[in-house]
Amino acid sequence: MAHINLENDFPGIRGPMAFSPATAKPLNDLAEVLLRSENSLSRGERELIAAYVSSLNDCFFCQHVHGGLAQHYLECDSAFIDAVKKDYMDTNISDKMKALLWIAEKVQQGGKNVTAEQIDAAKITGATDKEIHDTVLIAAAFCMFNRYVDGLSTWAPEDKNYYIERAKQRAEQGYAGYDASK
Amino acid sequence: MPHINFNNDFPGIRSAMAYSPETAAPMGVLAEILLRSEDGLSRAERELIGTYVSYLNDCFYCNHSHGAIACIYLDGDNELVEQVRKDYSKAPVSDKLKSLLAIAAKVQRGGKNVTTADVELAKEKGATDKDIHDTVLIAAAFCMFNRYVDGLATITPTDMDSYPLRAKQIVDNGYGNHVFTNKQPT
Repeated sequence: MAHINLENDFPGIRGPMAFSPATAKPLNDLAEVLLRSENSLSRGERELIAAYVSSLNDCFFCQHVHGGLAQHYLECDSAFIDAVKKDYMDTNISDKMKALLWIAEKVQQGGKNVTAEQIDAAKITGATDKEIHDTVLIAAAFCMFNRYVDGLSTWAPEDKNYYIERAKQRAEQGYAGYDASK
Repeated sequence: MPHINFNNDFPGIRSAMAYSPETAAPMGVLAEILLRSEDGLSRAERELIGTYVSYLNDCFYCNHSHGAIACIYLDGDNELVEQVRKDYSKAPVSDKLKSLLAIAAKVQRGGKNVTTADVELAKEKGATDKDIHDTVLIAAAFCMFNRYVDGLATITPTDMDSYPLRAKQIVDNGYGNHVFTNKQPT
């Protein structure tokens, strides 16, 4: 049961978003820019960073929502997403993504953990300033989203297929203008 | 030196926001609602929560920026801001705010640390569901802002006199992209 009366039964972040539409709007606008901007980091890569940080934060709802989206965009199976969460260095993702996930991992522990050596390593693999910026902010934002979801003790569907099935709809509709009730 | 080239020399989060105005815009809107709404918690209480979480995250820029803003709302009582940072349980603030700061501290460590007992205590002290919601989201949002600022190694002003100047700018004009499009206060 959620810590407060959210006045709705929606799972995960949808509960507090429906409870507080005023704050939901900028949260969704931020997600839209961070996770769906079309540039050198693909949508699949952005969602993969989000899913990884959410797994580090042990947020069941977020890691499966964003893992489902990553799986959708990357056209992979859930075993691949699980492998990235478990040990991304031991997967066939690009060296650039490995370097960016390493930065995301440090941001999750706290901003000061990111070192100049890590940034240099990312740049050597071809990561741009913009990609490093976006990685840091995606990781930071999920340290917010995850805490919002779990800090209010929202509920999450246990069936992982629920998330995979909803991913297609979310990919089509995006986050901006998100209606938490649907 | 910042980890990336921001193409500007603004301090703290302003440099990252100026670099990426498209993400700065929703962050500014979020901060405006969370920290300047007067529905339930006061602006001073909201800024104290933001300051305390930034202190716990060891983010010097955010800790002192929001501490300076809280100080203005508290009519210059910087000692109170310092007491909240060091040991809010002994600070002359309401029992309600103490119970909310306890929740904020749990959120800072991770959302799952917030217990039913923490929430029940806050309700007992008069906190509404909205107060608790706002506290959790303010604390969570600062876990983002702090990581954004330190994760990119933005420039932290060492001139402590500069913090109240930027704080006044926020108190007068609110949050938003003006913090990096307008001339910096001196």
